[in-house]
Amino acid sequence: MTSQNDAFVAFEHVQKSYDGVSLVVKDLNLSIGKGEFLTMLGPSGSGKTTCLMMLAGFETATHGEIRLDGKPINQVPPHKRGIGMVFQNYALFPHMTVGENLAFPLEVRGMGKDERETKVKRALDMVQMGNFINRRPAQLSGGQQQRIALARALVFDPKLVLMDEPLGALDKQLREHMQFEIKHLHETLGITVVYVTHDQGEALTMSDRVAVFNDGRIQQLAPPADLYERPENSFVAQFIGENNKLPGVIEELTGDKALVRLATGELIDATAVNAKEKGGKTLVSIRPERVEFKAEMMPEGAHMIDAEVREIIYMGDILRVVLRVAGADGFVMKMRNTLGQTRLDPGQKIKVGWHPQDARALDPM
Amino acid sequence: MAEASTELLTTADGRPLKEALAIAQSRAKRRAFLLVLPLLLFVLLTFLIPIGYMLKRSVEHDGFARSAPALVEWFEANPGFDYANPPEEAYAALVKDLTFMQTEKLTGLSGTRINYTVPGTISLFKAGARAAKDLQAPYKEALLAVDAEWARPALWRGMEAASSKFTTEFYKVGTDNKLGDNGWERGGDKDRIYLYLFFKTFLVSGIITVICLLLAFPVAHLLAVLPMSRSSLLMILVLLPFWTSLLVRTTSWIALLQEQGILNDLLVWLGVVGDDNRIAAMYNMTGTIVAMTHVLLPFMILPLYSVMRVIPPSYARAARSLGATSWTTFRRVYLPQTLPGIAAGSLLVFILAVGYYITPALVGGADGQLISNLISFHMTKSNWSLAAALAAMLLAAILLLYWLYDRLIGIDRLKLG
Repeated sequence: MTSQNDAFVAFEHVQKSYDGVSLVVKDLNLSIGKGEFLTMLGPSGSGKTTCLMMLAGFETATHGEIRLDGKPINQVPPHKRGIGMVFQNYALFPHMTVGENLAFPLEVRGMGKDERETKVKRALDMVQMGNFINRRPAQLSGGQQQRIALARALVFDPKLVLMDEPLGALDKQLREHMQFEIKHLHETLGITVVYVTHDQGEALTMSDRVAVFNDGRIQQLAPPADLYERPENSFVAQFIGENNKLPGVIEELTGDKALVRLATGELIDATAVNAKEKGGKTLVSIRPERVEFKAEMMPEGAHMIDAEVREIIYMGDILRVVLRVAGADGFVMKMRNTLGQTRLDPGQKIKVGWHPQDARALDPM
Repeated sequence: MAEASTELLTTADGRPLKEALAIAQSRAKRRAFLLVLPLLLFVLLTFLIPIGYMLKRSVEHDGFARSAPALVEWFEANPGFDYANPPEEAYAALVKDLTFMQTEKLTGLSGTRINYTVPGTISLFKAGARAAKDLQAPYKEALLAVDAEWARPALWRGMEAASSKFTTEFYKVGTDNKLGDNGWERGGDKDRIYLYLFFKTFLVSGIITVICLLLAFPVAHLLAVLPMSRSSLLMILVLLPFWTSLLVRTTSWIALLQEQGILNDLLVWLGVVGDDNRIAAMYNMTGTIVAMTHVLLPFMILPLYSVMRVIPPSYARAARSLGATSWTTFRRVYLPQTLPGIAAGSLLVFILAVGYYITPALVGGADGQLISNLISFHMTKSNWSLAAALAAMLLAAILLLYWLYDRLIGIDRLKLG
C-alpha cells in the first residue's frame, strides 16, 4: 500500500527479546500509511502487544528501527512521541473528574485554561459525553469510560492513536456499537490508528488492513476481504473465521490450478497458494459458506465428492450442516435459511463441491 | 412498579414482608452474633474496661475525702472561706481528722492525695497526725506550733479541693499548672515538664513518621512492581523485624550505635572521627529516633504496599502517553493514588510512636525519654491518678488525630493491608 519511504509509521527489522534467550518479535517489517486503520491481530503471546508497546515507547526494541513520520523514535521517550493511546482497562485516572482527565494532556503541554476548556468540551461532544464532565470515572459504566478514554486519547490532536484491545471488557452489543463509533471517528478525524485485538470479527469489520501475528512474525498483511477469502497460509486460514481442512497430496499442477488427491482417494479442485510442488503434501482450506451441494450451482467440470449428513444445527439465519467427508467427521457447510431451501436430514447421502478459487491448497501444518 | 411501592408488600400468607424477612434472618443473625461473642467479651475485658477504669482514675481519688470526714463537713458548710486565715473551727476539724487518720492508718493515703497538688505534704501530714492526739485548744496555735506550713493558703485550697471525690486537678497538674497560694497558676519554666514532653513526643513521632515514609515509599513500590518470586524474598526481609524480639532488636542497635559500638569503632578505624570524638548516637534522642524508625518501618511499608499493589501500571503508561514527564506522572497520577496508603501508614506509625515505651526507655538515655516513659514513672511511684490523667490526655490527642484524619481523608479509605 505504501512504500517504506513515505510510510507514516515504519518498523524495520525490529526484534524484541525480554530474556535474551528467545525472541518475542522476530524481524518485523511493517509500514503504515497516513490515515490508515491497521489492526494487529493474533493469539495472546504472538507479539502484537509488544509491537504496540514498542511503538508507544514503553518497550525498547532489541534491534531494528521504528520511525514515525520519517523520524527514528527508538530513543524518544514516550511523553515526547505525541501518540494517543487507549488501554484495555481504560486507565482513566480515578482521582480526577472526567474533565480533569481530559485536561491532563493539555495541561502538561502548558496550554492555557480557555483553550483547554474549549478542547475538552469539543472532545467530549465528539463522543457524546458532554454532560459527564464533572463525574468521576467510577461513576461511569464501562461503555462510558471507554468513550472518555477515547476522548482523552484524541483531545490533544495526536496524528497517531494506538488502541490496545480497547473493547475487550465490553459486552457484545456495546462492543459492536463502539466498533462503529471508533471507525466513524477515524474517518472524520483522518487520524492513523493502530489497533490491537484478538477478536477477528473486530479486526475484519474495522480495519483497512490487518496484520495477522503469530509466533513473533506477521503471517499475513492484507485488507480484510483478502485475508478472509485468500489466506496465504494455514495459520491465517485457521485463525480467521471458520474453515474446513482437507489434507491431501498434489496430483496435478497447472499454473495455480491444483488437483488434490485426498487420503481416501478422491480428487478435489483447489488453488495452489504456497504448495507449489507436484506430489507435495498440502492442506486444502474451504470456507463453510462456500461449500455447495447442488450440482447446478457448480462450474462445469468441477469435482464433487461424497458426503454424509451427520447433524444439522439450526442457527436462525443459517443452518449449520456437519458432514462426514473423506472419512472424517466435522466438515461444516453453511446453508442460508431461505424460503425454498432444500431440507437435509441426518444420515442423508449427498455430494459436495466448491469453486476451485474457494479451495486453497496451503502448507501442511 | 410505582403502585407496588405505595402499598405494604406482604408474603403469600398475608404477613408483612418486612416482618417475614426479619424472622427469616434472625437465626442467621443470632449465629453470627454467637461467633463474635468471644471476641466481644475479650475486647470488653481486656480493653474497654481497663480504659474506662483508667479514665475514672484520672478524675477520681477519695484518699482525702475518706480520711477527713470532719473537714469535708466543714468545707461543705463554709464555702469560700478565707484561705489565708482559716478560722479556729477549721483547725479543730483538721486536728480531729489528723487524730482519726493516725488511728485508722490513713495518713499516707491522704498525704499522697494532697501531695499531688501541693508537693511536700506527705511528711507534713505524717508529723501532724503523730502530734494530733496531744494537741489542746486553741487548735490553730497548737498546730502551727507543730509546723507553720499548716497555715499555707495553697494547702487549704488543696484540702478543700480534695474533700470531693471527683476532681479535674490531675489534668491541671498534667498540663503544667501549679496550685499556689492564690489558686491555680501556670507553672514556672522549670516546672513545665508535661506539656514540653507532650510536645516533644509529638515532634519526635512526627519526625519518625516522615523518616519512615521516606524510607518505606521506595521499598513498597519495589515490592509492588517486582515479579512475585523476588518480591516475596524482599517481603521476608521487611517482615523479619516482626519475627525478632523487640528487646533483641533494640539491644542490637545499642551494640551498633553506642560510643564503644561497631559504627564508632569503624569510623575511628577509618579515621573519619577521632578516638576522643566519638559520635554519641545512643542514649539520646538520636538513638530513640533511629531505633524507633527501624521498629516501626514495617507498619509504614505494609499499608503502602497494599495500596500500590493494586494500582495498575497502565495509569503511569497512560500519563506518559498523554505527554507527562516521569516526574509529573509520579506527582499527578501515582502519588495521589497512594494517598490512602500514605495516610494509613502515617497514622499507624504516628500513633504507635506516640505511645511507644520500651525503645525510648532502653536507648533514650535522659534526653530521649517520651511521655509514655513519664507515665510509666508515675505508675511505678504509685501516682496512679496523675499517670491516668496523662494517659487520658494522650488518648484524647490520638482520638483528635483520628477525627482529623476522618474529616480530611475518610476512615473508609484507610487501607492497612
